[in-house]
Amino acid sequence: MTTVAGKRPNNRKTALLAALVAVAMLGLGFAAVPLYRLFCQVTGFGGTTQRVDAATAERAVSIQTQGRQLSVRFDSNTGAGLPWEFYPEKRTVSVGVGGKSMAIFIAKNVSDKPVTGRAVFNVTPEYVGQYFSKVQCFCFTEQTLQPGQQVRMPVLFYVDKAFLDDADADDVEEITLSYTFYPVEKPENES
Amino acid sequence: MSTTTADDFHGAHAHGDHDADHKPGFFARWFMSTNHKDIGTLYLIFAIMAGVIGGAISGLMRLELAEPGIQYLQHWVQYSDGPDATIDQAYHLWNVLITAHGLIMVFFMVMPAIIGGFGNWFVPIMIGAPDMAFPRMNNISFWLLIPAFLLLLGSAFVPGGTGNGAGVGWTVYAPLSTTGSPGPAVDMAILSLHIAGASSILGAINFITTIFNMRAPGMTIHKMPLFVWSVLVTAFLLLLALPVLAAAITMLLTDRNFGTVFYDAAGGGDPVLYQHLFWFFGHPEVYIMILPGFGIVSQIVSTFSRKPVFGYLGMAYAMVAIGVVGFIVWAHHMFTTGMTVNMKMYFTAATMVIAVPTGVKIFSWIATMWGGSLSFKTPMVWSLGFIFMFTVGGVTGVVLANGGIDDNLHDTYYVVAHFHYVLSLGAVFSLFAGFYYWFPKMFGKMYSEFLGQLHFWVFFIGVNIMFFPMHFLGMSGMQRRVPDYTDALAYWNGVASFGYAIMGVGVLIFFVNVFLSLFAGKKAADNPWGEGATTLEWTLSSPPPYHQFETLPVID
Repeated sequence: MTTVAGKRPNNRKTALLAALVAVAMLGLGFAAVPLYRLFCQVTGFGGTTQRVDAATAERAVSIQTQGRQLSVRFDSNTGAGLPWEFYPEKRTVSVGVGGKSMAIFIAKNVSDKPVTGRAVFNVTPEYVGQYFSKVQCFCFTEQTLQPGQQVRMPVLFYVDKAFLDDADADDVEEITLSYTFYPVEKPENES
Repeated sequence: MSTTTADDFHGAHAHGDHDADHKPGFFARWFMSTNHKDIGTLYLIFAIMAGVIGGAISGLMRLELAEPGIQYLQHWVQYSDGPDATIDQAYHLWNVLITAHGLIMVFFMVMPAIIGGFGNWFVPIMIGAPDMAFPRMNNISFWLLIPAFLLLLGSAFVPGGTGNGAGVGWTVYAPLSTTGSPGPAVDMAILSLHIAGASSILGAINFITTIFNMRAPGMTIHKMPLFVWSVLVTAFLLLLALPVLAAAITMLLTDRNFGTVFYDAAGGGDPVLYQHLFWFFGHPEVYIMILPGFGIVSQIVSTFSRKPVFGYLGMAYAMVAIGVVGFIVWAHHMFTTGMTVNMKMYFTAATMVIAVPTGVKIFSWIATMWGGSLSFKTPMVWSLGFIFMFTVGGVTGVVLANGGIDDNLHDTYYVVAHFHYVLSLGAVFSLFAGFYYWFPKMFGKMYSEFLGQLHFWVFFIGVNIMFFPMHFLGMSGMQRRVPDYTDALAYWNGVASFGYAIMGVGVLIFFVNVFLSLFAGKKAADNPWGEGATTLEWTLSSPPPYHQFETLPVID
């Protein structure tokens, strides 16, 4: 009996430590959300493309090497509830690795209300995400289209030449860049 | 309510009765129990009832799957969704059945029985402790399970999207579980998992504290019986894995009800993140279900070979290794979500590494029996059945671990066969082994050896006829989670359903044995197993006194 009584505070300490571990794991579970996003952005996991500023892009493309030619295919979708027509001007373009290219996407609001949308994106094969760098993209911000309005939206991108050193990418001849526009729900504040 | 208790406690004092076997009155004893043995018994009763429900659901599924086409679903759905139920609602009912079967068997049958039941009963006794470290918390752990189970059962009667009930699979993948299943059913199922998870985390804290702090003098960590080791490792897995599930399904709830977009691509979230979080919990979870089974089988094999277990330290640390590696292999459940070759290689290799400590255990059990004085009593034949079945399931696991092969076999009946061989035939066999092994100790009565052996053979033949053909079905491309299939798959599906019927007879024999033994069994000796049974529970009377170890045993 005395042994048990003597161990009481000890028990409480052990239990508290164990509970702390559980709470920490709970926190880690939630922390997984930003960590996962960061992980995807840094490693290009899941075909997450890289976002670069103009200066980096200048450096990357100025020392342009005579690289492989790749075909870049554009895929466009709209999510449920977005009354837009959305398509690329050209389905495919041919680009050299390390060379800057531009693609034009066209979006038209076919409803009679202003609608805001935001595009999510990825590339396949997914491991190309780490080399696929966008300098400018309509997907960086939300887009609002007035009723019947049609816009031409540019994407400025290049495939980093580190791509050439990746053995996994040796057999890649075509990269598909996919966009899906989803509606952004805004509080109704007009009228 | 309070009157009863007050009377009971008053009565205790009035009699001045303080001997070790004094028990409180019925209500206080069973509804407010703080006694680890009574709570263990409650857990076992709960698990058996949940197992009957979960097993009956699988019976409904095997009935529908016995022949190609839909024979029963459209009739059953009228009971749950009314006479105007559509065929889509019938299909939804199928999803509800598979979901309920999975969740009940995992969270309300195997876990309560193997950790709550046997863990509570025998961990304190085996380490020479008078009770668990936190008896009241132990009580809370058990009683949290009741509302959790009721919530899950209740979810079948409220809308869950296409029809009534949560039809999302035990994995509750988004977006089916978020935008795909409006209605309160999925919310109730998720809340049920929250509560069951809280119960298990409290239990895990209790076990860790008990095992670390309350061992009898001389019972060092490296002298603990392997069952205690297995529960210790399991408790740590629970502590590390369940909170992650809690976080993942909490985000499901907020996605469903509060407009967050954690798993919604439309808002910049990612449904694959849910799969990562779920399987970070889900893979350790399968070891949570099987590790205590390893512990039970180690005790039994040693007892009935009349030898100490071969390679004790290797056995203990093999479980630790399985637990550690279990946390870094989760994505082998997600090979088809579009991984790079390198990631597949890593998860394939890491998964196969688990076969090493598991092999250590299998071979150590065999080495324990080697040259031993074997007696094939019921617990021993169940343990041998476990070792054989678990090895079969382990081998198909190594097959599925290959990322390239999994591309083909993913979500087929091959996977269903695999995880039923390690769980339904592995974990459940270890449960029955433990039940027969400790039945004389827990209830003070001997079970019928003849009925025990009969139960084993009928059950063994039944489950093998049921699950082995599923390998063929999976290789032929039969998808899991479907109520219908092409005629080409009819033969082996019919065989599997026939196997279910045989297994059902086996379960009936089990219940006959339990009731016969409880009411008409011979009185059990303190140690019915002879000199091979060396752990502390066999030094006590059968059943043990209500409070054991008035003076703590000293282990030399």
